[in-house]
Amino acid sequence: MSEIPDNLLYTDDHEWLRLEDDGSVTVGISDHAQQALGELVFVEVPELGASFTEGDACAVVESVKAASDIYCPVAGTVSAVNEALADEPELVNGSPYEDGWVFRLQPEDATVLDDLMDAEAYGRHLAALED
Amino acid sequence: MLAGIGVDNIADLFDEIPSNLRAEGLDAIGPALSEAEIARLMQTRARADGEPLCFIGAGAYDHYVPAAVWDIATRGEFYSAYTPYQAEASQGTLQVIYEFQTMLTSLTGLDVANASLYDGATAFAEACLMAVRANRNNKSRRILVPRAMSPVYRSVARAILAGQKIELVELPLQDGCSDSAALGAVADTEFAAVAIQNPSFLGTLEQVDVLTDWAHAQGALVIGVANPMALALLKPPGQWGADGADIACGEGQPLGIPLSSGGPYYGYMVCRQAIVRQMPGRIVGRTVDLEGNPGFTLTLQAREQHIRRSRATSNICTNQGLVATASTIYMSLMGAAGLRRVASDCNANTRALVDALCALPGISRAFPAPFFHEAVLQLDRPAAGVLAALSAQGILGGYDLAADYPELGNAILVCATETKSAADIVSYATAAAGIFGVAA
Repeated sequence: MSEIPDNLLYTDDHEWLRLEDDGSVTVGISDHAQQALGELVFVEVPELGASFTEGDACAVVESVKAASDIYCPVAGTVSAVNEALADEPELVNGSPYEDGWVFRLQPEDATVLDDLMDAEAYGRHLAALED
Repeated sequence: MLAGIGVDNIADLFDEIPSNLRAEGLDAIGPALSEAEIARLMQTRARADGEPLCFIGAGAYDHYVPAAVWDIATRGEFYSAYTPYQAEASQGTLQVIYEFQTMLTSLTGLDVANASLYDGATAFAEACLMAVRANRNNKSRRILVPRAMSPVYRSVARAILAGQKIELVELPLQDGCSDSAALGAVADTEFAAVAIQNPSFLGTLEQVDVLTDWAHAQGALVIGVANPMALALLKPPGQWGADGADIACGEGQPLGIPLSSGGPYYGYMVCRQAIVRQMPGRIVGRTVDLEGNPGFTLTLQAREQHIRRSRATSNICTNQGLVATASTIYMSLMGAAGLRRVASDCNANTRALVDALCALPGISRAFPAPFFHEAVLQLDRPAAGVLAALSAQGILGGYDLAADYPELGNAILVCATETKSAADIVSYATAAAGIFGVAA
């Protein structure tokens, strides 16, 4: 059973988002996603300052046998990236919700966050996938 | 069978192809022949070639290939044109590729080689695509390419890159080399990469350090294109300038592959570790199994299209299996000292040929720049007639540059590899003396 913290928002594609005090959102992949991928060997983070619209492939998580895109959950501009992942991609496996964050985004329109799932809804989403 | 699949005649099977795209007749193809008849036809055609003395290089070189190379390469265990698909079941094949990659990294002075590409020209085009993907300093889709680079490479790259909206900008020629004084004129243009071929197509040695440092200062990557045989003597691309080239590529034919009418050859590609995820093609890595025994495996496969689909680094999922194997065997047999000896002999023979020919009135060196094993000679009359007269005497006297470099006037590119003896060079000089109207 994977961990689903209550204080985060989630997407269908297994990204999580945390709204920060300065209005930015931090993005990573869920515990479920990191388990499904297996041990990560490489994370390609987006470029600082790059702009994405919702649904753009903006980062890549790569395990030995697979590479998956991380889709931009909300439109915005990249304001920070997790440089530590360059040398330690396995942080995503060990700490998907803290040290393994991938990038931070300044959203164009924060109200779209209301459309994302809370922990309970994401839990139901995962349960439905397992059926 | 037509009745079985419910079609009236064979022509109906081709209905999908518009009539204007169809070859209406195949008249050039003669009637079917038996095996014995084909064998006889081929022998006749081969004899018609004669056994000319070949002094043409221009991208494909007449080196001696030890008999053992193809004797080993065509053993049943190796004899496949293809990359392994049940890869890890073919440990021997993977080991050969791993050794091949290791040899190429040693020759080029860079970190990681792939398992080989189609040929030198397409390897260069792939290097340009890779540079555009890998350059984090700018988003440029321009590559600065010297006019001194092989016209074939430039033409193939232009054909492949045009569809990706990548533009090749030409760096002009000065005295047979890239004109570093012309760099100022393009200093305000962003380039994803600067390509440098060394030795150049015209045989000259480029100012690789100056060009590499300029490119890096501009935020461009450096693609080093090099004849791998020359790398046995010259500074490897990984050591050009302060930081070295980022990608090296080129034609592998000089390392154990016969000329054989133009192919199959293979391309090689090597790069720095930092940009390896942008490199196309297969890569074999060494690892250990669960019990700690060494073994070989395909690695970084997540770049490839069977996993990454439309976002794959390239659509190349194979390599030139057999010729790369032969080349690995060639390099193993020659060793580093053997390669250096061949490269030195090529240089010495071409110098001897150039000296002998330039002693004749009407022939002179076109450029003062130092060369590896090819040089441009200026003639006082059209090259085509001179080459035809030499050919009539069994000598392939060089490559006529008139079509590719009209600005050079009557000029030929000559090459004398290690296969040419002193007597061969005298034969050429004597024939040339006859043509140029002097007693040798």
